[in-house]
Amino acid sequence: MSEQTTLNKMGLTDKQLDGFGAELDAIRQRLISELGDEDATYIRGIVKAQRTIEIAGRALFYVPPAWPLAVAALSVSKILDNMEIGHNVMHGQYDWMGDPGLNSKMYEWDNVCPSDQWKYSHNYIHHTFTNILGKDRDIGYGVLRMDEDQKWRPYYLGNPVYALALMFMFEWGVMLHDLELERITAGERTWADTKHLHKGMLRKIRNQTFKDYVLFPALTGPLFVPTLAGNVTANLVRNVWAFGIIFCGHFPAGVATFSEEETENESRGQWYFRQVLGSANITGGKLFHTMTGNLSHQIEHHLFPDIPARRYPQIAGEVREICERYGLEYNTGPLAKQLGSVARKICRFALPDRKKSHRPSPVADVKVAA
Amino acid sequence: MSLTQNLSRGILRSPAVAALTSPHGVDRYLEIVNPMWAVNEVRARVVGVHQETGDVTTLTLHPTSTWRGFRAGQKVLLGVEIDGARRTRCFSISSAQTSTAENEGRDDFTITVRAHDEGLVSKHLAHRAEPGLVVHLSQAEGEFTLPANLPDRLLMISGGSGITPLMSMLRTLVENGYDGRVTFLHYSQSPEQTIFADELVEIAEGQDNIDLAVVHTRHGGARFSEERLKTLAPDYAAIDTFACGPVGLIEQVQEIYKDSNRLKVEYFKTSTISADPNDATGNVLFATSQKQAENTGGTLLEQAEALGLAPAFGCRMGICFTCTSRKTEGTIRNVVTGAESSLPDEDIQICVSTPVGDCAVAL
Repeated sequence: MSEQTTLNKMGLTDKQLDGFGAELDAIRQRLISELGDEDATYIRGIVKAQRTIEIAGRALFYVPPAWPLAVAALSVSKILDNMEIGHNVMHGQYDWMGDPGLNSKMYEWDNVCPSDQWKYSHNYIHHTFTNILGKDRDIGYGVLRMDEDQKWRPYYLGNPVYALALMFMFEWGVMLHDLELERITAGERTWADTKHLHKGMLRKIRNQTFKDYVLFPALTGPLFVPTLAGNVTANLVRNVWAFGIIFCGHFPAGVATFSEEETENESRGQWYFRQVLGSANITGGKLFHTMTGNLSHQIEHHLFPDIPARRYPQIAGEVREICERYGLEYNTGPLAKQLGSVARKICRFALPDRKKSHRPSPVADVKVAA
Repeated sequence: MSLTQNLSRGILRSPAVAALTSPHGVDRYLEIVNPMWAVNEVRARVVGVHQETGDVTTLTLHPTSTWRGFRAGQKVLLGVEIDGARRTRCFSISSAQTSTAENEGRDDFTITVRAHDEGLVSKHLAHRAEPGLVVHLSQAEGEFTLPANLPDRLLMISGGSGITPLMSMLRTLVENGYDGRVTFLHYSQSPEQTIFADELVEIAEGQDNIDLAVVHTRHGGARFSEERLKTLAPDYAAIDTFACGPVGLIEQVQEIYKDSNRLKVEYFKTSTISADPNDATGNVLFATSQKQAENTGGTLLEQAEALGLAPAFGCRMGICFTCTSRKTEGTIRNVVTGAESSLPDEDIQICVSTPVGDCAVAL
């Protein structure tokens, strides 16, 4: 039975995986039954803080000496908007509130990528096929080589340079992601196949750039240039921060990737199993978690992508205990360690593999890290 | 409206402000300063709470300047946050229609709510609403309204809380000095449960042209019949008639009036009780495409596809929310959590929802 082989690779029996799945399902059920006022008050508080900080940032550009403060405020506002609010709202985490302003179908974020296109590539492709090579396009974003099973080509010598470019241009990278340019280059997709995306992209680009690079600078009159520079900087800060956090979520050493064959006809337990092994957390304080949109709890997020992210820190201990009991590596560490690990990986995979490519099983992969 | 108000509204609605507040829109910024500031959305603050009977409460609402007024008999969708989630229901307006030109800035209106045993929202509004509460509104809607040119005779028939829109009409007629004849027939279980009892008597005593008959069915009053109607108004078939109340009463009235265009009705449906979750019963209606079939017990996505529809979907396991659709009626069970939900107009993930009994989805 092909399924049996998969299970052996995972190191758990069918029954164990079912038990693992049931324990996580129980947490999920409990969280859903607890959703209420507290979660609503929390997200409304974050939205209020974000909007207030944004207004403050925009206003501070009128006071030249406060320029660094203005940039900081606008950066924080954009980070909160994209991560703790945008990313999480668009996952449907707050759909139960019935508030159109916090609804996954209606929310649009302060980012050049149109929300409907992002939801397709992120919520569906990435979250369903997490870390399955050939399916999850978030592995290297079609630009980078982030896994040894991605065949090396001389193009990948530029891996660190591409990564740096993607870091600074992250919102544009996220937007272009849906065009699947690498597949167009490879002849698997034509430009015409992407036509349905163009209108939405252009409209969003127009709105975002007009607002940040024309209208708000113009409103500050003689301070046009400093305001423009400040807005560009705030977008860059958000790009670098989001890139860093997101790359720490799936690319530190020890995070496993899977093949399409391994993941055929997955059970719910197997799906949870893959989500845990395919994700990594970042340790830190409360403010840090908020600023990452609680994606510092990438493992919990991948297990329960539609549960309000503020719940992830609350269940992290329990999830970790379950993982350890079933012998699954729970990959976590401070930001510096995880970032360093990602940076090393980016550089290592720029070069061809030293040994003949041999694909270790996910479990073996994990043990290397531990 | 004052010049400054007009000016500021004009500015807030301008394309420039829309561009500055993109992608969220100006209301998202105004609401953090004051929930009563809005240029597109409609909200209202509860400014008065009056208990009519043990389980019926009238709320006076002060709407945002975006409210466009109403015609007597119309209803409004009202959303209120209960335990973090906004629940939206339809309520008839009970106060008199005010002419917008004369009442600028004084467009407060009332809704009258009976707390139903199963009604989460009605119970919340009737028992727990307090002045200061901010609710979300639609614009007033509905065609159950008085004709623009009032005829000489009007007939009104109501049962229970169905009196609400008719009360709005009656109050409007009285306030505007209507000199035609109104026959008002109201059914209620007992005097204690009669909403607006004192005011009805007051109006009937003070106005020669208004004939009032209130029947208390639990106190020996006979149920509605054609005979009763004939006694009150022998030429009823020639009179513009408005009827509002429980389905049973309305069906009887409709039977008597046949297809007469003299009759306008409005009725409240009682929510269906959820069926045994193990049986696939009832019919599934995909309302937009007008396709209907017997419930197979499969997920709504599967059932839609079996009928040849192609709703958007992604993961098919409740993760990605691509398939989220609006369920307009009925009960569904989430196959992942086992939770059942009977809320009307609820957004559900059709890939993990199976219908429990009759169900309608806007697909």
